Amino acid sequence: MSDWSRAASNRAVEDPAIEVETATGNRGLQIEENLIFEQGSPGRCGVDLVDAAPFPARLGGLERQGAIGLPGLSEPQVVRHFTRLSQKNYAIDTGLYPLGSCTMKHNPRLNEKLARLPGFADIHPLQPASTIQGALALVDTLAHWLKTLTGMPAIALSPGAGAHGELCGIMSIRAALEARGERRSRVLVPESAHGTNPATAAACGYSVDSVSGNLTGRVDVGALKAKLDTDVAALMVTNPNTCGLFENEILEIAAAVHAAGAFFYCDGANFNAIVGRVRPADLGIDCMHLNLHKTFSTPHGGGGPGSGPVALAASLAPYAPLPWLVHGPDGLELIEHKKGEANQAIGRLKGFHGQMGMFARALAYMMSHGADGLRQVAEDAVLNANYLRARLESDLSLSFPGLCMHEVLFDDRFLKEAGITTLDFAKALIDEGYHPMTMYFPLVVHGALLIEPTETESKASLDQFAGMLKTLAAKARSGDAKRFHAAPRWTPRRRLDETAAARKPVLRWRPEAVALQAEE
Amino acid sequence: MSTFRFTRDHEWVRLDGDLAIVGITDYAQSQLGDVVYVELPEIGHRVEKGKEAAVVESVKAASEVYAPVSGEVAEINEMLVADPAPVNADPMGDGWFIKLRLDDPKELDSLMDEEGYRRFIEEQR
Amino acid sequence: MRYLPLTDPDRREMLAAIGVDSIDALFADVPSAARFDGLINLPRAMGEIEVERAMSRMASRNVAAGSVPFFIGGGAYRHHIPAAVDHLIQRGEFLTSYTPYQPEMAQGTLQYLFEFQTQVALLTGTEVANASLYDGATACAEAVMMANRLTRRRKAVLSGALHPHYREVCETYARFVGFEVAAADPAPGGDEDLTGRVGPDTSCIVVQNPDFFGEIRDYSELARNCHDVGALLVVVVTEILSLGAIVPPGEMGADIVAAEGQSLGNALNFGGPHLGLFASRDKFVRQMPGRLAGQTVDVDGRRGWVLTLSTREQHIRREKATSNICTNSGLCALAFTIHLALLGETGLTRLARLNHAAAVSLAERLEGIPDVRLLSRTFFNEFALQLPRPAAAIVDALAEKGVLAGIPVSRLYPSRPELAGILLVAATETAMSEDMDHFERALTEALS
Repeated sequence: MSDWSRAASNRAVEDPAIEVETATGNRGLQIEENLIFEQGSPGRCGVDLVDAAPFPARLGGLERQGAIGLPGLSEPQVVRHFTRLSQKNYAIDTGLYPLGSCTMKHNPRLNEKLARLPGFADIHPLQPASTIQGALALVDTLAHWLKTLTGMPAIALSPGAGAHGELCGIMSIRAALEARGERRSRVLVPESAHGTNPATAAACGYSVDSVSGNLTGRVDVGALKAKLDTDVAALMVTNPNTCGLFENEILEIAAAVHAAGAFFYCDGANFNAIVGRVRPADLGIDCMHLNLHKTFSTPHGGGGPGSGPVALAASLAPYAPLPWLVHGPDGLELIEHKKGEANQAIGRLKGFHGQMGMFARALAYMMSHGADGLRQVAEDAVLNANYLRARLESDLSLSFPGLCMHEVLFDDRFLKEAGITTLDFAKALIDEGYHPMTMYFPLVVHGALLIEPTETESKASLDQFAGMLKTLAAKARSGDAKRFHAAPRWTPRRRLDETAAARKPVLRWRPEAVALQAEE
Repeated sequence: MSTFRFTRDHEWVRLDGDLAIVGITDYAQSQLGDVVYVELPEIGHRVEKGKEAAVVESVKAASEVYAPVSGEVAEINEMLVADPAPVNADPMGDGWFIKLRLDDPKELDSLMDEEGYRRFIEEQR
Repeated sequence: MRYLPLTDPDRREMLAAIGVDSIDALFADVPSAARFDGLINLPRAMGEIEVERAMSRMASRNVAAGSVPFFIGGGAYRHHIPAAVDHLIQRGEFLTSYTPYQPEMAQGTLQYLFEFQTQVALLTGTEVANASLYDGATACAEAVMMANRLTRRRKAVLSGALHPHYREVCETYARFVGFEVAAADPAPGGDEDLTGRVGPDTSCIVVQNPDFFGEIRDYSELARNCHDVGALLVVVVTEILSLGAIVPPGEMGADIVAAEGQSLGNALNFGGPHLGLFASRDKFVRQMPGRLAGQTVDVDGRRGWVLTLSTREQHIRREKATSNICTNSGLCALAFTIHLALLGETGLTRLARLNHAAAVSLAERLEGIPDVRLLSRTFFNEFALQLPRPAAAIVDALAEKGVLAGIPVSRLYPSRPELAGILLVAATETAMSEDMDHFERALTEALS
């Protein structure tokens, strides 16, 4: 007999009827972990620092009195704590994130290595220019790549993220209009737009007017033209749009916008579909923010940091925020104040110069791909999304027939009879080991399911994903509602109560005594 | 019950003596989901028919509550601020938002009655 | 191409499954006038070796702070980051995870954000903090806008000793969002009368502690004066480590604290990404911008965390959002949380003391140089010196001698000649005694 068959007789007999409780509450590799505040010991420290020798302080008698309340932990405890926390997260490194409009592509590790070179990470933004010419060269090189890819003559690099870039764009547009002596009060936004678009326009004092879409899921050009007048400051579009469709009438749209004396803003969240194949400048766009953490692979980091550079047409370049990077007589230099050629700049939007750490990562990414690789990125992204569309269009309800670009939009019609919501369907994906796709966005269809695979998914990965969705869709149609309503089953926490969290917000830990007092 | 009137934005209003009580309808609360927070105007504040009078927030949405009629805020349902659950549980009763001193009772006439509102919701489905 | 898994056989198979014969067919919706045929005029793909060589060359043209005597602060500080921090934040489940909108798949992120929020509230002496903003300067602008919403007023008064970048960001937002900011003139070494500037139409006063010139003050009375007229006090902190040594803004009566957290866990990074901290009172929480992680229970009654109060945010309120912010500084906040977890109460207070000791030691040396005057009566780890000649030229001269001597204030205030002789000098726990000796010698020489 071989060892295998002998081992077989030691196999544990599993009784599916018994739910086994563990003593620790852990389940195998899924380990429960309390807050750091519940594990500290006074005096304990994870860093060895000498105490300063006595010296005459110059704090003006304003020394901090009393304990701050921070817990003391050793390095092994801290490492274990955060390691355990990390194991409760899904990530791109774990598996596919089919999140529409997020472009969750692979984050190359070379980027991390190069961003950490002391020559990039250990330099201060206010060092004398002669000591950071390499940093300015990096910024200049990145600017060159982004300007070339977009076809635009200028780029503002300081915005800290996409939404910040939108703010930068709308502020520049308003400044340009004011310089013209014009006061326009409205911004047009397609009804399918991402929430940041109207929020940004409203923040800058504009009233937001929604433009309806047509039956093919694109901007209704007739409706747009009806709303375009000399009171419109700008039209904000996303292209490809949030339904994953290329605005095929975009040249006509641009012409109409410009004829009305307005500016054409493009939300560049979906640039991944067209990078290297279409230049926004050739579409008549005046202003477009890019998301380095989407198209250009800088890591999402659980929510940030991002970087949102804004490409600008010549008509908007004079208003770009400070600082400006220019080629001076002694090399690259920063213009940090409104003087000379920068005297119409809108001012600063952020401290210092911009998200240098993300610039280094994005440049490493772009140089690795090159012009040929970047074009391939767009092609593979669009190919992957269309492949999923072809494989799934008879199982899920495709919202708009025909080709999609880098993402494909479904809605909940296929779930109608089953009594299952988009939310329930998404929770079932979690049990299958996938992060759900974007749900309930865009708002133009009911119960939206927006899927963007990106180009860094292999065909095998897509096949597994599609196969899983086909199976789930079939189960939904066959009436197995319970499976969906009870999902997810195998996550560290299940169906957390968001209502309670919002009604009685608990936003920090408090020591027991204080918490009890608060309840009295 | 027949004294209830309704707006196309799913607010209801009913006369109680010389005050008009305002709330959101059962349809509205079911669309919103669990209400987590209610923002009420101050007593003495003037509201105008069709303009924002209050805000109601659920986990997934925040919605303006528009004044069905014009008037001055005489009372507010403070209890809702501490616990908004009545908006879901009893939207037409305990879940009332504000009581207004009406400018012009005739403004009620142009609003839908119960039957009209029921038909209006049917069309929405 | 190493990051693209599709092979040509894959692509052919997939095109067939879609029912088109070429990739170009998938781009049919692009108008022909807008198609870019061929390759964009940029270099072709490069392997790791070439990319590394090209970027290393750029990096080597910079003088890294750790390679020379280094004394620059001004809102970004060089501290030692324990080795464990960078290893932990590079775990793929942190580095490559998405915003925690699906809480069941992101309890790791949500729990550390809850810990981060608690740490920030404790440090600043406030009741509640958000999950971070882009940086201190944008946090400052957001604080002013929040004060405007809460007081329903539109005029903010800014201290003349507020970091100029923070003031400039507030001014940009004021111009476009539609409110007013009035900034006092900088008066290093002196005191301002801000109470005199507060009126019934003031939404808030913004001060910085320690201020841009190093000075530490007690703002309790100013807080009372603000509250007397229904205005709020916003306190900015650009060196978060200082709160390990001095009275925090919350204990002085601050209503909103806008701070820069870069000092903990995050390298200088040439100014970004940094870490905006934002904290306030419980009663104001619904007017706070940014994300919030909140505690709750799941269906099995176990404690867990979710993003909460999201209806303030852009993806729900759209044009009525409290702010258009979509991103926080995620990974930078994690680095902060880990570094502070390693430090704990003992480590933080010790580290703060070491910083102050270093600065005091350096100040004693430098104020002994003929014609050099120490302007800051109090300071934490950064102080202002009055030099007999324009500081910018001195700093350049010292840079050539391999000393990064600090910030000439004229760089941030080019149109104020009266400030041209002022040099801001910072000393952290990374400044060694021999670095300080070197600085003292070089400065003496440059001034003689």
